[in-house]
Amino acid sequence: MQHIDLGAIDYAILIVYFAFVLGIGWVLRRFVRSSDDFFLSGRSIPAWIAGLAFISANLGAQEVIGMAASGAKYGIMTSHFYWVGAIPAMVFVGIFMMPFYYGSRARSVPEYLKLRFDEKTRGFNAITFAVMTVFSSGISMYALAKLLELVLGWSFHTSVVLSAVIVLIYILLGGLTSAIYNEVLQFFLIVLGFLPLVLLGLKDVGGWNGLVDKLQPVATDAGFAPGAWTDSWQHMGSPTANPMGVEWFGMVMGLGFVLSFGYWCTDFLVVQRAMAANSMAAARRTPLIAALPKMLFPALVILPGMIAIALHGTGGGLLPIGSDGTPNYNLAVPVMLAHYFPSGILGLGLTALMASFMSGMAGNVTAFNTVWTYDIYQSYVRPGQSDRHYLRMGHLATVFGILASVAAAYAATRFNNIMDMLQLVFAFVNAPLFATFLLGMFWRRATGHGAFSGLLLGTAAAAIHHGLALPQGAVPGLKGGFLGAVLHTYPSEMAQNFWTAIYAWTTCFVATIVISLLTRRNKSDDDLRGLVYALTPRLKDRELPWYKQPATLGVVVLGLTVVLNVIFW
Amino acid sequence: MKLDVRLPIGMMFALFGVMLVLYGLATRDAGYQRSLGINVNLWWGLVLLAFGLVMLAFAIRARRAGGGATGSE
Repeated sequence: MQHIDLGAIDYAILIVYFAFVLGIGWVLRRFVRSSDDFFLSGRSIPAWIAGLAFISANLGAQEVIGMAASGAKYGIMTSHFYWVGAIPAMVFVGIFMMPFYYGSRARSVPEYLKLRFDEKTRGFNAITFAVMTVFSSGISMYALAKLLELVLGWSFHTSVVLSAVIVLIYILLGGLTSAIYNEVLQFFLIVLGFLPLVLLGLKDVGGWNGLVDKLQPVATDAGFAPGAWTDSWQHMGSPTANPMGVEWFGMVMGLGFVLSFGYWCTDFLVVQRAMAANSMAAARRTPLIAALPKMLFPALVILPGMIAIALHGTGGGLLPIGSDGTPNYNLAVPVMLAHYFPSGILGLGLTALMASFMSGMAGNVTAFNTVWTYDIYQSYVRPGQSDRHYLRMGHLATVFGILASVAAAYAATRFNNIMDMLQLVFAFVNAPLFATFLLGMFWRRATGHGAFSGLLLGTAAAAIHHGLALPQGAVPGLKGGFLGAVLHTYPSEMAQNFWTAIYAWTTCFVATIVISLLTRRNKSDDDLRGLVYALTPRLKDRELPWYKQPATLGVVVLGLTVVLNVIFW
Repeated sequence: MKLDVRLPIGMMFALFGVMLVLYGLATRDAGYQRSLGINVNLWWGLVLLAFGLVMLAFAIRARRAGGGATGSE
């Protein structure tokens, strides 16, 4: 692929951006006095800031690149990740779960599990989460550095080291506050950097109607109905009628209910932003405020991919063709940047890409250093030390987290299979989690043994299901079928993943209930006050103006999401 | 109180805006074929500048009002 040449103005924009993120860390350094300041921003963040950080931390480079790639590959059905997946889950966590996360004064998600269940459940969650965050930050670092190498000709080492050092410095200086403030800055940068790309692209293809026309041959060439790339629901009756190869039930249950709720409601990376809010009301509003811009994000991250494939289909060969003969979808965003952006705004677009990457990495690192320090180090390694000691450990954990991410990025260049395998294992561990939290928060009878064995059995169910099923056309191995027999063939990898999640969740849900009923309660009603729905006084937010009431906001958000689903039906 | 996050955001985008507007003016004869004949640097620079100034205005107003230095509450 031809490298894009950057002008002095493009580098100038990138350098100004670096100066600002470091400057924010520098100014904030004097506000970090205790471990609470470093790991939780002293619980002082206003709702709107926490809300924007909530989306931004999740909006890593992999999301920007990956969503555009899916937009090119599957069309507007990709927006189900938002309109069926993320948004309902964000409303749920804000209205129903935040009262227990924030109200329990737990400092992390694993710590909530300890308060609610027991030590082993916390330990399992803390350790898997810590390993997972470090690896996902490393894998996304690898993806970005590879991309910059391919598109700009930058050396892999320079990209990795430069981005790691900048993120390290600003987190060390200002802790979570610095990460959150920079996430807000990065949020605006991502929006304002990609918006002109979408506007130019849409103008080029003749607006939405022009895009619909241009995507018809793409759909019919692939053997689907002409609207398959631009209707989000119409072709979901059967898995063979749409490019994702998923039917509506697997999508709504697997992606919507299990995977999205599992991620948005239990992943400390995002929940940490809400825990840092300055009041219970602000913490509950955090995911709801985040949901408002989030529901419009498909226009920003999926549309560029759809436009790229439309131009690829009609203009011929916009996307480079990979070794397997299909277009390299992952290059949709950089190719679009190079296609429409002249020097100047090109610097802004690339800076936005860097910003998305850094926000994702900082999110991972701040979540990692907290879980490591509070849930692993303070709990199992050196309990009962002074706050100063744990603050220093937080600094060390930040350095260690970033070094480990860099190591993971380099490992990914050599052992691609190991990385894929790790991601698979993480998927197994994550799938059942939401069942544990749901039962923990809404059923006081759930016991520690029940939760722990439910999690283990759910993870095992995921592995077994994956091992016995295979997506169409794949060979047994990492893609599934590794247990020898292939009992079921799914039309696509995505369908297989959704169903793996459904099996894992159901197993965990049932196993937790059964084993809880067979074991004695390890927490009395008194212990569970503030941790379980039935034992927590209802929050009254009648005195707040309507737009600050979580329930009202939630209804507004869900209503708007339904409207979007109907418009793009 | 802590830093008002709107201050650095406003400053950065206003600066980006000025940079792009100046660059757009300097290159206004360049044709801009890539961006469909639109001088996207000039126009988007103006958008960024406007956004930056609005953020700065909010931050300055909050500072004058005292108290709410970190935002709306």
